[in-house]
Amino acid sequence: MIPLSWFLIFAALLFCVGLYGALARRNAIAILMAIELMLNAVNINLVAFWRYLGPEAVSGQAFALVVFAVAASEAAVGLALMISIYRRRHTVAVEEIDMMKW
Amino acid sequence: MTILQIIFLLTAFLTLLAALRVVTSPSMVHAALWLILALAGVAVVFILLNATFLAVVQVAVYIDAIAIMIIIVVMLTRGAVRGQGHTVSKTWWAAALSALVMLTGLLVMLLQAPVRGALPPTLPLDQEAFLERLGQALVDVNQYILPFEVASVLLVAAMVGAIIVAWPLFVRRGEEER
Repeated sequence: MIPLSWFLIFAALLFCVGLYGALARRNAIAILMAIELMLNAVNINLVAFWRYLGPEAVSGQAFALVVFAVAASEAAVGLALMISIYRRRHTVAVEEIDMMKW
Repeated sequence: MTILQIIFLLTAFLTLLAALRVVTSPSMVHAALWLILALAGVAVVFILLNATFLAVVQVAVYIDAIAIMIIIVVMLTRGAVRGQGHTVSKTWWAAALSALVMLTGLLVMLLQAPVRGALPPTLPLDQEAFLERLGQALVDVNQYILPFEVASVLLVAAMVGAIIVAWPLFVRRGEEER
């Protein structure tokens, strides 16, 4: 039997790898990928707590499904923005996308 | 050490390795392929947690839809980031420091949690009965209908927004104005 802490530590490590990627990468698409990793880590936590602390309740899996929907919309809008920015500026490097920087 | 623990450790190791390659690989196509491996590892973790339905959704939504969409956009924006030499920004050390601080904080918090050694209780329902309950709870007025409906509205809004943002017509008009 796997103790709960193994899942939690795994999710924490995955989240921090994603956090590093989201903060450090230059390519905006790579940042989106890192955010997907972080959302996955959150989902592992939700499902692990459902399995270990309340398997008779549906809340853990219901919220995991909502996170899936949010991740899908975020990816769709983010990637559409990347395509639009690439058409106008011919770049997706985040430090060159500074139109809104004051 | 049981067979389940060995499977979990192997999966976790592979997933973390793939995740590290996602955030360090200089080639975006390689990063997207490593992302697929990491997402598949998470699906295996869902199966180890007896959440088989979520594992299927993980494969269908993440690997099928999101990863493929990311690969297509990577191909559409090829060569977009100039100066291939450095794939991370100049302040990558600050990003690494924040991630390390975050990790330390999370681990300290987890090691003090009272439930850290909990073992999984036996499942009160079999998978089919649980799925039925989950499906009914999602559309039950007294339970999760509001998050469910908000999620569907969000998906529609995101879809319409994505189409409008990526619409080529607006680009041409914008370039004429310039």
